[in-house]
Amino acid sequence: MSTAGVAVGESRRLEPALRRQRALGRKLLVPYVTGGMLTDWTTVLAALATAGADAIEVGIPFSDPIMDGPVIQEASDRALAAGTTPQLVLAALRHAGGEIGVPLAVMTYYNLVDRAGLDRFAADLAASGVGGAILPDLPLDESAPWRRAAAAAGVDQVLLAAPTTGEERLAAICSAASGFLYAVGLMGVTGERADLATSSLDVATRASRYTDLPVLVGVGISTPDQARRVCAVADGVVVGSALVRRLLEGGGPEAAAALVSEFREALDAG
Amino acid sequence: MGDPDPTGRFGDFGGRFVPESLVPACAELEVAFREAWADETFRARYRDLLSRYAGRPTPLTPCPRLSEMLGVELWLKREDLTHTGSHKINNVIGQALLAERMGKRRLVAETGAGQHGVATATAAARFGMECLVFMGKLDMARQELNVFRMRLLGAEVVPVTSGSATLKDAVNEAMRHWVATVADTHYCLGSVMGPHPYPWMVREFQRVVGDEAAAQCREELGRDPDVVIACVGGGSNAAGTFAGFVDGPARLVGVEPAGGAAIGRGLPGVVHGMRSKILQDEEGQVLEATSISAGLDYPGVGPEHAHLAAIGRADYVAVTDDEVVAAVRLLARTEGILAALEPAHALAWLARAAGQEVPRGATVVLTLSGRGDKDVAQLMERGE
Repeated sequence: MSTAGVAVGESRRLEPALRRQRALGRKLLVPYVTGGMLTDWTTVLAALATAGADAIEVGIPFSDPIMDGPVIQEASDRALAAGTTPQLVLAALRHAGGEIGVPLAVMTYYNLVDRAGLDRFAADLAASGVGGAILPDLPLDESAPWRRAAAAAGVDQVLLAAPTTGEERLAAICSAASGFLYAVGLMGVTGERADLATSSLDVATRASRYTDLPVLVGVGISTPDQARRVCAVADGVVVGSALVRRLLEGGGPEAAAALVSEFREALDAG
Repeated sequence: MGDPDPTGRFGDFGGRFVPESLVPACAELEVAFREAWADETFRARYRDLLSRYAGRPTPLTPCPRLSEMLGVELWLKREDLTHTGSHKINNVIGQALLAERMGKRRLVAETGAGQHGVATATAAARFGMECLVFMGKLDMARQELNVFRMRLLGAEVVPVTSGSATLKDAVNEAMRHWVATVADTHYCLGSVMGPHPYPWMVREFQRVVGDEAAAQCREELGRDPDVVIACVGGGSNAAGTFAGFVDGPARLVGVEPAGGAAIGRGLPGVVHGMRSKILQDEEGQVLEATSISAGLDYPGVGPEHAHLAAIGRADYVAVTDDEVVAAVRLLARTEGILAALEPAHALAWLARAAGQEVPRGATVVLTLSGRGDKDVAQLMERGE
């Protein structure tokens, strides 16, 4: 491997980048986009990075997304109807490569990983410049084989913690996770909510007691103000449905970038 | 059939592949079921409801005319004669009792043909609980009568339009709903599928079918039958039936629809909380099953069936929609029994295999899991 290759490999890594940004006193912003939902979706990623994203979560669409609400389901359906496959999403990321400028994590469901083969999928992620994976239907208890494969390929394994997760279990999840800890803000599937759930503050606070990993709150973070408020206790937020809805409505990269800028400003203003 | 290992696995299959939000709920359910099932008071209430409310035991009915025609000795386990007209009531009474014991006041369920939805709505009414049933929009059209029955019983029926608008999507919606309501709601899953402990718990609540049938065989025949047959979608009536015979010599046969043969044509994978055999494409996207029977229109199968197939203890075969419709007619005209389309799959395979794979003179027990009244409109539309 050339030195340039090593350099690219290092810039791909998720956890060091997020820790670096946090150390600068910055709250972390990770927007989500479903791969293949628009023909120019990789252009959207570059625009989000420019608008202030610290990393980007890219959904690989699955036929049965049980953790997702109507908005992300629709994005998945559109992507699948357009013929999107896991390999096409990864090929597009590989192609877009250096142009995006921030680390990437994929979000998908375990069957796609299992079908490809754990080692092969992990290696494909790494080769596509992806630094982490989020698999919402793979809880801690079932995750050991995948965590081994991901670690071997240098891919971070983000794990989820929920409002109902007890203390002992939360500690175990925190110590097994890498990249960041995904604190699920409320009991429910992805989607926008009018109010910030108090459970999001609680789960982020509890998780921070067990880990030095960045703790990001996702699910139900719909507005810049909600993001700002939850970041009183969290290190950052994942914003999915609010952004995907604008893209589904035809907003394009500009509208998506504008929304991410609003979140960025709110977080920076604290 | 033994208990699963501590991770909820039968061999390579099973497990608990659910979002973290649901892991504590599944763990709580597992503990509650384990304690209840070991509690004689709980068992006594369950048995009492099965007998005085649901009408158990169901008979093992000899079929003289059809037996003569097929050249075998056929006995039907008559789950069609239970209250609500299918074996689904056995499971639902067990789960409603458990939900009550856990202090839950709402039941949420998915349904395909509507039989499990009707049974859940029935139990919810009997236990004074709220009931929400998710049903694919396509299935609601196919099974209009059952939709009306559920509403009459006080349940809310929610049409599911996502994906293929059938059973698999109803399961997705029920799980999504459960994530948001787990504090006061029990997910009353209708088959031996989903995350641990469901495949094990539902099989235990259905084993009354097989245990009764085995005792009835000993009384009538003085021995186990040669062959035991049941239809398989998710596989709850087959799991309950096989549980009574698995330790004996009988050949066990599960019959899948040709358009939804997860064991026959599926690949190992993970969906709906379990590792099992699943109809899927080479990338891992789940395929839509296609069957005349809304109750078997499911691309997965219970993990214990995948295990029984893998170790060769049970055989899984498939029949076509046309064979199924012919089998409904055959049983109706020879024995005066109108079978549901689901168990007609089991009959259809027997009609094909009798005198060949099932040797002449063999003794056969077949679980007639439900009655066919719900399918009459659909058969009329087909011009039968």
